[in-house]
Amino acid sequence: MSMNSQGRPSAPNENAVSYTPKTFTGNRALDMEEPLIFEFGHFDTTGVDFDMPEAFETELGGFEREDALELPGLAEPEAMRHYVRLSRNNYAIDSGLYPLGSCTMKHNPRLNEKMARLPGFGDIHPLQPLSTVPGAIELIDQLAHWLMTMTGTSAVAMSPKAGAHGELCGMMAIKAAHTAAGRDPKIVLVPESAHGTNPATAALLGYKVVNIDARDDDGTVDLDALKRTIAEHEGNVAAIMLTNPNTCGLFERDIVEIAAAIHKADAYFYCDGANFNAIVGKARPGDLGVDAMHINLHKTFSTPHGGGGPGSGPVILSDRLAPFAPLPFIRKDGENGPVLVEAEAQLTDGEKPFGRMTAFHGQMGMYVRALSYMMSHGSDGLKQASEDAVLNANYVRVGLQDLMSLPFGERPCMHEVLFDDSFLKDTGVTTLDFAKAMIDEGYHPMTMYFPLVVHGAMLIEPTESESRASLDLFVATLRDLVMSAKDGQTDRFSGAPYFSPRRRLDETKAARKPILTWEKPAPAQAAE
Amino acid sequence: MRYLPLSNQDRADMLTRIGVDSIDDLFADIPQKARLNGLMDLPRRASEMQVERQLSAMASKNVSASSVPFFVGAGAYKHHVPSTVDHLIQRSEFLTSYTPYQPEITQGTLQYLFEFQTQVARLTAMDVANASMYDGSTGTAEAVLMAHRVTKKKKAVLSGGLHPQYREVVEGLSELSSHDVVSMPADPMGTEDILAQIDDETSCVVVQSPSFYGQLIDLKPIAEKAHAHKALLIAVFTEVVSLGLMEPAGTQGADIVVGEGQSIGNGLNFGGPYVGLFATRQKYVRQMPGRLCGETTDADGKRGFVLTLSTREQHIRRDKATSNICTNSGLCSLAFTIHLSLLGSKGLKQMATICHANAVNLKKGLSGVAGVEVLNNAYFNEFTVKLPKSADAVVEALAARGILAGVPVSRLIPGQADLENLLVVACTEVNTQEDRDAFVAALKEVLA
Repeated sequence: MSMNSQGRPSAPNENAVSYTPKTFTGNRALDMEEPLIFEFGHFDTTGVDFDMPEAFETELGGFEREDALELPGLAEPEAMRHYVRLSRNNYAIDSGLYPLGSCTMKHNPRLNEKMARLPGFGDIHPLQPLSTVPGAIELIDQLAHWLMTMTGTSAVAMSPKAGAHGELCGMMAIKAAHTAAGRDPKIVLVPESAHGTNPATAALLGYKVVNIDARDDDGTVDLDALKRTIAEHEGNVAAIMLTNPNTCGLFERDIVEIAAAIHKADAYFYCDGANFNAIVGKARPGDLGVDAMHINLHKTFSTPHGGGGPGSGPVILSDRLAPFAPLPFIRKDGENGPVLVEAEAQLTDGEKPFGRMTAFHGQMGMYVRALSYMMSHGSDGLKQASEDAVLNANYVRVGLQDLMSLPFGERPCMHEVLFDDSFLKDTGVTTLDFAKAMIDEGYHPMTMYFPLVVHGAMLIEPTESESRASLDLFVATLRDLVMSAKDGQTDRFSGAPYFSPRRRLDETKAARKPILTWEKPAPAQAAE
Repeated sequence: MRYLPLSNQDRADMLTRIGVDSIDDLFADIPQKARLNGLMDLPRRASEMQVERQLSAMASKNVSASSVPFFVGAGAYKHHVPSTVDHLIQRSEFLTSYTPYQPEITQGTLQYLFEFQTQVARLTAMDVANASMYDGSTGTAEAVLMAHRVTKKKKAVLSGGLHPQYREVVEGLSELSSHDVVSMPADPMGTEDILAQIDDETSCVVVQSPSFYGQLIDLKPIAEKAHAHKALLIAVFTEVVSLGLMEPAGTQGADIVVGEGQSIGNGLNFGGPYVGLFATRQKYVRQMPGRLCGETTDADGKRGFVLTLSTREQHIRRDKATSNICTNSGLCSLAFTIHLSLLGSKGLKQMATICHANAVNLKKGLSGVAGVEVLNNAYFNEFTVKLPKSADAVVEALAARGILAGVPVSRLIPGQADLENLLVVACTEVNTQEDRDAFVAALKEVLA
C-alpha cells in the first residue's frame, strides 16, 4: 500500500473562462440567501434554557392565554447564523463612506459602547432610589454642562428621544410660553428647505405652517421676504423653525437679523440642530439668538444610528423658555449638588414645566456614549472635528464642481455640499439612477431629492471621519460615473444596482397591497 | 486626535486645492461678532484610558441591578438577556447603518424589521405592527393621536391604572395640541368604573393591563362599551413578557395595542433607550404612526423588503403627516427580535411562568409580614403592597440594607395621602429564593 501524493492543483485552470453560473442555492459565495425565521425555525422548541419552578397555584384570575402563540424558537447556532447572514446584507459606516447628507454618518467609537455597558450605567433602573444612582445624575449633569457650554445657553431639556421628539419638545415649550403670556398665535414659519419633521411637528401642535421663500441665488432665507411675511401675519406668528446651517449646506448669514425680526414680533426662534456638526466650537447658537434647538446626539456626537435609532435629542433652551422645560430636569442646588426634579410636587417658584416628553429620564445609554465622545475630543478635538467636516465637504465640492452642478455657484459650503441634477440634463439618467449606480461602486448614495428647493437634489456629507485617500477615491468614482452618463452609457444607470444583494425593489407594488407580516402559505391544492 | 484621519499636511494641501488661505475662510458666512475665537471653556482631548477612568468612576457610584436582590419594576424590568443578543447587535453592519433608505443595501435591517413586525403582531394578536416607536410612553401618546384621527373625535379617557408617567406624556401633548383628556384617579385594585366615563364624545379609552399596580384588567367589557360609542380601545402594557402567558389585548377587542418592549432583549439603561411596540387592525393601517416594512420583489423577481406606506410620513407629507417620527428604535427592536427568536413561544411561556411563580412566592412571603397587605388578586409578575408606614421611607431603609425593594407609588404620584404607603413590587426570572427570603426578612426588620 502506498500513499497518493499527487497533491492538488494550486493555480486556476489555464482555460478558466469568465461566466456567471446559476447556483442551486441562489447563493453567490459569501452573498447568502436567507429565509425568514418563520420559514425555517421550529415552533415547539426554544433556544433558551430555564429551570422551571415546582408546581404552584397560579393567580392569573382566569386571564391565561388561550390562542396558540406561534413563534419559532431558534437554537443559538441557528440564531447566530441567521442574524450574521442578515447583517451581511447591510451597508454600514464601518464598511464604507456613507455620505448621507444631514444625517452625519460619522465613525462610532467603540469606547463609547464599552462605557454604556458598564453595569453602573447599563444595569440601573430608572426608578430605583436616587440615593443609589448619584453617578447617573452626575453623568446627565455633566453632559448637560457640555451641551450648554457648546451652545452658549443655560438650560437644556435632556429627555427627548430623538431629533423629531426634540423638535416637539422645543415647540411645546414655545407654545406653553405663549399661553403663559396670554397669547395664542397660530402660525409657524418654515422655509421650503426644512426637514419634513419641522412642518410635521408644527402641525402636530395645531399650528398652521406658512412657507417662507428662499433666495433664488443661494437658498438661504430672504430677510426682506421674512419681514414681509411677519408683517402680513402681525401678532399671529408663534415661531420660526429654521435649520442652520441649512439643508443646502450653507450658513444662514442673516441669522442674527432673522432672530431679531422674530423676537421683535414676540415670536420664538426654533433652530433645527441636525447640522450642528458644522459649527461646534466655531459658533454658539445662543449667541445667534436661538431660543430652542435640539441636538441629535446620534449625528453630531456619534451615538450609533443603529439601523434607524435609537437616537437622542436634547433641546437647549434660552432663558425665556427655560422655565417651561419638561419634567424631569436637574436643578442646581448649591452645596447639595444636582437634584433630579421629576414630579410637579417638587417644583419651586418660577419652574413651569409644560409636562413630560417620555416616561423616565430619556436616553441614558446615548448620554453615556455622547459624553464619552465629547470627553475624548475635548474642546480642541471638537473644534478640529467640525473644521475637518467642513474641509472634507469643500474638498469634495471642488473635486466635482466642474462636472456636476452646484445650484448656487462655486462658493464655500459648510459640512455638506448640495448638487442638483442639471448636469444630467439630456443624458437620460436621473438622480435616482445615479445614486443606484453608486451602490455598484461600493458606496452608499448621498441624500437624494432633498432638500426640495433644487431639482433632483444630491446632498453629500462626507463627515470628518474620512481620510483624504478615501475622499480622492470617492471623487474619482463620481467623476467616472458622470463621464459615463454624459457618454451615453445609460445601461450602467438604468438597471443599477447590479451587484447588491437585491436589485431595484418595487416600492409601488409594496404599497399597493401591503404585506406587513409573514403569513403561513396556504397548503398546496392536492392534484386531482 | 485618534478619530480624525487627516494629517496637518493633508489639511494644508486640501485648503490649497480648495483655493482658500485658511480654514476660517470656509466659515466666512458666520457673522464676525458671533464667531468663537479660541477654544470653548471645556477640558481638552483625552485618551481612551483617561475617559474610561473618569466614566468608570462615575458608574461605580451607582448600585447595579445585578449586584443586589432586585424587585424594582413599574415600567422597566430586569430580565436575563442571552449573550448572543448583545454580540449580534454590535455587528458593525447593524450598529453603524442607518434607516434603510436604500433597500438594495439594507436588506439585513429590513428583513429583521419584517420579522419584528410579525412577532409583535402575533404577541398582541393584532393584524399589523409597525417597526417600533421610541418607547411605551411616547407610543401611547401617538396611539391617542391616531385614535383622534380615526374617530374624528378628540376626547381620551385614561384609566387610573395607566402608568402615571405615561399619563403625564398623554396629558401634556393633549393639552398643547388642543385635545381633551379625562384622567381617572389612581386605581390600585382595578375597581374603577371606567365604563361610566365612555360616551359619544369619547375618541378612545386607554387601559393598561397588567396595570401600573400589577392588577389584571378584563378588557372585553371596555371594548364593547367603547365600540358601542364609536370609540377605540387602546390597550397598554409595560411588561411584554406577560404576553407569553396572558390573554392578549387583540383577542379582547382592542383596536390599538401599544406597550414597552424593553423586557425582551434590552437592558435597564436607567430608562432608555427602550423600544415601543405598536400594533393595530388592518383597517387602520394608513392612520398608523411610524415606519412600516413591507414585502415586495426586486428587478430580478426575488423577494425583498422595503419601507412602505411612506405617504403617511413626514418626509413626504410634511404638515399632513400622521406623526413627526423619523428615527425610531431600530437597534433596540433588533435586540428584541433576536431575543424573541431564541425564546420562541415555548421559551417565552416558560420565562413568563417563572416570573409569575416568583411573584406568587414573594406575595406569600410578604403577606406573612405583620401589617403588610397585598392589594391585587389577579396579577402577573408585579403587585402593590400596602405598608404600615411610608413606602418611600421603607424603600430607603431597605436600600441601606442592600435590597432594592420596588417603587413607592409616591415617587410618581407625590402628595396623595392614600397612596403614601403603597409599594409596587416586581419579580422576574432573575430573582432567587434567597433574594425573596432576604427581602421578606429585611422588611420584617424595617417594620419592627
